[in-house]
Amino acid sequence: MDKVNIELENQFFSSEKKGSDIKGKFFVGVTQLAVFIIIAVLFIILGIIVYQGRAKFSWEFISSFPTNGMTEGGILPALIGTFILVIVMSIAAVPFGTITAIYLTEYASENSKFAAAVRFSVRTLAVVPSIIFGLFGLGFFIQFLGAGVDTAFNGGELRWGQPNILWASLTMSLLTLPVIIVSVEEALKTIPRELREASLALGATKWQTIKQVVLPGSVSGIMTGTILAVSRGAGEVAPILFTGAAYYLATLPGSLSDQFMNLGYHIYIMSTQSSDVEKTMPIQFATTLVLLLLTLSLNLVAVVIRSRIRRRAK
Amino acid sequence: MNSQFPVNPSFTKESLKKQFRLSEFLAEKIISSVAFLSIAIIFLIFIFVFKESLPLFSFGSDAKAKTEIQGTAKPESYGGTTTEELKPESYGSEPVSNADLKPETYGSDPVSTEDLKPETYGDVKAETPETTATETPEAVSENNEGADKTWSTFFTTEWVPVSENPRFGLIGLLIGTLKVTVIAMLIAGPLAILAALYTSCFASKRAKEIIKPIIEMLAAFPSVVIGFFALMVLATFFQSIFGYESRLNAFIGGVAMALAAIPIIYTISEDALSAVPKTFTEASLALGASKWQTAFFVTLPAATPGIFAALLLGVGRVFGETMIALMATGNAALLSSNPFESVRTFAATIGSEMAETVFGETHYSVLFFIGSLLFIFSFALNAVAEFYVKGKLIKKFQGK
Repeated sequence: MDKVNIELENQFFSSEKKGSDIKGKFFVGVTQLAVFIIIAVLFIILGIIVYQGRAKFSWEFISSFPTNGMTEGGILPALIGTFILVIVMSIAAVPFGTITAIYLTEYASENSKFAAAVRFSVRTLAVVPSIIFGLFGLGFFIQFLGAGVDTAFNGGELRWGQPNILWASLTMSLLTLPVIIVSVEEALKTIPRELREASLALGATKWQTIKQVVLPGSVSGIMTGTILAVSRGAGEVAPILFTGAAYYLATLPGSLSDQFMNLGYHIYIMSTQSSDVEKTMPIQFATTLVLLLLTLSLNLVAVVIRSRIRRRAK
Repeated sequence: MNSQFPVNPSFTKESLKKQFRLSEFLAEKIISSVAFLSIAIIFLIFIFVFKESLPLFSFGSDAKAKTEIQGTAKPESYGGTTTEELKPESYGSEPVSNADLKPETYGSDPVSTEDLKPETYGDVKAETPETTATETPEAVSENNEGADKTWSTFFTTEWVPVSENPRFGLIGLLIGTLKVTVIAMLIAGPLAILAALYTSCFASKRAKEIIKPIIEMLAAFPSVVIGFFALMVLATFFQSIFGYESRLNAFIGGVAMALAAIPIIYTISEDALSAVPKTFTEASLALGASKWQTAFFVTLPAATPGIFAALLLGVGRVFGETMIALMATGNAALLSSNPFESVRTFAATIGSEMAETVFGETHYSVLFFIGSLLFIFSFALNAVAEFYVKGKLIKKFQGK
């Protein structure tokens, strides 16, 4: 109602002041132009990558190994490496993210200092440059944990104290933790207070309420968070630059202590350090197309689920 | 959910008292300790990134011990284990023949890795005796060669980490980073803020529901994709327009990073603009101001703290962006004010050189030191955005 009124009023006033109308149109036009430029650039990027990548993009490209010194063939190992990375990452990040979100919405009191510190840390984690996570992965996981495990259990033999899938995935899980926490928190907040109170009034304890009432209601939120985290993790390269990504591997990784190939890293390597950048251009564009399709479609799914959650909240 | 609930006809004071339940207690403790983990991670990141740069701070006699550790640490060094991964990186800038890139080289072929080792360690080995030899006369009198020497080179402009006489001039890198950041923010800031203004003040509800998700979709573009696009398409395109010499330069990097920063600035500014109380706009409209006057002279100034926060976080994103910097800025630490010259940023330096360094080496420590600088910077930006801006907003809107 309010909105309609304002708009009517506004039309009335602006029709009276013809003089400032041109100026007004100019300013509104400038803001419109900004929106237009951003959206146009977005679709230009998408269009060029689709256009250049479609020639090489095929099932064969996705399902075969690179051949001939990575100048021909497909991207299967990079794709599988990316999948393993995001799966291990989700296994590590989703439980922690969900529990932290449960703490923030269910247990933390309004003006608890501890909860404020947790919130601040989560937001800081979200803005720390991704390369810092890579450094942390190298310094903490590989040099400290990995090397420690090696001296303690492997008798000093080098197995975990070097870059591998596990450390890369754990590094990536730190990066995607805030994404999950924020999504789950948002979903938990949409569960009506009455449901919780009804459960408590029936004699259920707090933990029982969370387990039986709150968590089942927030499954879609956890899913959204996981999907967004996977989409983020699949596209990030900086954290895995020196925690496990490999240039080329002739075989698929067999265990968590192996190195792996990764789509984003593959694009980076192929476009900057390849022996023949010109010749492999179609491969690079097709790889970029695969990565972009992967992240964008995951995001689209997350947006759809999220809008459903929001509709439920209304 | 539970169809059965306890039926207790005789409530006494005792039975109504809150009981201690072990499972409840444990659940709460476990959940809050997991929540504590995110605080711990922040501390761990700082400690471990900073820890690796500690050798730089060991002045005096420690410096000598460091060079000895360096020698003994070599067999279990980080670099040695990834020789196969390392190789293309260290030789990437030079045209590599196909034979070198053959898959067999990366397998567990012992001969080729053996071949590699002297090469990768060549300059390090040559360098260690060299430095100690030249420094000994000084060391007798001052006894603080390594660390002090490294520090004194920080404030020079030359970044020559791998040579007989390594110099770690951070000034060139700092200028490069600032140059890219300024260019990116000059493009991203106005575009994103104007777009946010349109979305929150002028667009119809329907248009808003379409525009917002589309612009936020830009955030889903991985930075490596944006970097790749800049490297392959933008660089050629802008070179053909402006006709400058180096294909990859600060300008290209800045444009690409603007694309990465736009969704962040847009989302936060849009939130800030939408959070301006309705009474503000209604009062302005009631006084006879038109819609655009209200938007530019009432809503925009009222949301300044939030927009400032958005710009800060945008700067943080651009400052620490690695992949775009690696791929699109040319990576040469040149000292010039020309935006069409190649630059090298802090983050790109870490990204491109970390794999070449040997664990414990000065170069390795310097890279971690740059990392801790980046971390402190982004932490500070976030803290300012969080506390200062929030305080201002509350003051403004509630008049406290």
